[in-house]
Amino acid sequence: MSAPTIATTMREQFVQTIDNALDTDPRVAVVLAEISADRFEDAARRHPRRVLNVGIREQAMVGVGGGLALTGLRPVVHSITPFVVERPFEQLKLDLGHQGVGAIVVSTGASFDYPTAGRTHMAPGDVALIDTLPGWTVHVPGHPAEVDALLRSALPGDEPVYLRLSERVNAEPLVTGPGWHTVRTGGEGVVLAVGPMLDPVLSATAALDVTVLYTATIRPFDAAGLRAAVHAATSDVVLVEPYLRGTSTHEINDALADVPHRALALGVRRDQELRAYGTTEEHEAAHGLSPTAIAASIRHFLDGATR
Amino acid sequence: MTITTTYGYADLRPLMSAMTGDEKHDVAATSTLDVLWVLYDQVLSVDPQRIDDPDRDRFLLSKGHGPMAFYAVLAAKGFLDPAELTNFGAFDSRLGFHPDRVLAPGVEIGSGSLGHGLPLGLGVVLGLRAQDRDRPRVVVLVGDAELDEGSNHEAIQVAGRWGLGQLTTVVVDNSSSSTGWPGGIADRFAREGWAVHTVDGRDHDALRRALTDTHPDRPLAVVAEVEPKEL
Repeated sequence: MSAPTIATTMREQFVQTIDNALDTDPRVAVVLAEISADRFEDAARRHPRRVLNVGIREQAMVGVGGGLALTGLRPVVHSITPFVVERPFEQLKLDLGHQGVGAIVVSTGASFDYPTAGRTHMAPGDVALIDTLPGWTVHVPGHPAEVDALLRSALPGDEPVYLRLSERVNAEPLVTGPGWHTVRTGGEGVVLAVGPMLDPVLSATAALDVTVLYTATIRPFDAAGLRAAVHAATSDVVLVEPYLRGTSTHEINDALADVPHRALALGVRRDQELRAYGTTEEHEAAHGLSPTAIAASIRHFLDGATR
Repeated sequence: MTITTTYGYADLRPLMSAMTGDEKHDVAATSTLDVLWVLYDQVLSVDPQRIDDPDRDRFLLSKGHGPMAFYAVLAAKGFLDPAELTNFGAFDSRLGFHPDRVLAPGVEIGSGSLGHGLPLGLGVVLGLRAQDRDRPRVVVLVGDAELDEGSNHEAIQVAGRWGLGQLTTVVVDNSSSSTGWPGGIADRFAREGWAVHTVDGRDHDALRRALTDTHPDRPLAVVAEVEPKEL
């Protein structure tokens, strides 16, 4: 089989990779609650017992995933972020983790990919919520090719995995795999870019003498990689995440518990519900996540260190 | 198949009395006693010698509170050492006030929060079916008040519409739902395409007949009526 071509969106890549996996791995099963069911119609015809659309029933979707895993299958559970993480959160906690089984939970829509749909279709707290559960791997890819690689590595296992898809993509894929990957080195700070925030961060830091680290896997958190980078540069750390601001701040503080350090967290604002429609770019700007706003925040933070 | 054991139905209450730390759940625990005994003694193909056999039947205790009758039956059938019952609820016990599948042998799901067993059971049936294991039964025990949880209805609808004959729900009805079920619980399942029986939850022959009346093309619901919960 030749290597598949990479789709232009993460969501289409997810469908393509899983569609192929259904043909080659008899453990793989997909559970849907209408969302994306149209994209799996052909796979459902080929594998009617392993492509399961339970209707608009998100609790049952996750519960069924747990039951499939109890029989040894590798369930892939998928919906738009609030419907797969927030609505059935207790099912993620109990029907997977507490049963001692896993699934690959795949969200689409990220924090505000569908801004005209409003707050009901936004869930920037998803990673923070998953972070309250032990043992989960959390992937935040920045490119469709990374989605393919991350899915392929997750499918053979049994562990709980959260894969967060977004319409926002970086221009080029980076290597995936655990840990921080060094994109650029500098001496005046360490900037951590998670998933689709890499391109805005690179743009924001183009004129700054900073180290930029990238990861598509934020849990488990690579404390050793951060410590090494801080040791080589300075212990001024800027965290740029595409979801709730400060979601990984506790990981930074734990990693640097014995190192005097400063940390600035950028991400989706926590202090108010942004009641607005418009475009994704407008939402990024409102949350301080445009390249311009990121650059201003980083400069202000690093200038504070030198004064 | 004969299970060799020195314990019978008459031993269950003495086994339950070994667990003294959870009196507030006593009525709830006793409500399930006869259903559990009939299932493990006469219906389910399960055996402590093959607890991981992929072709075993699965019993999912969704109504996880008041599990003393469950533990007593598991002890009587050789899944648990009866001596372990006296440690019920202790820090280092495998037997908590809600069962944990990761800790206790023969326990298929960890439960306690209501409304999780039926969707899990639905998934187990679908997982077995996807692997062409069409023989094992999946029996989920819920309480009548537990049916208040909407998650159950998601599973009841899907299982009915997909005609999953490997799935059985036993509803132990001790009239504890505050709002109740106009027309009866069985009617609700029947409308969703399930085969249904309503029987005396203390009558072992009636329970056995109802629990073995499976149909290949539709799931089975058995409503086992017991005395109302004392308030």
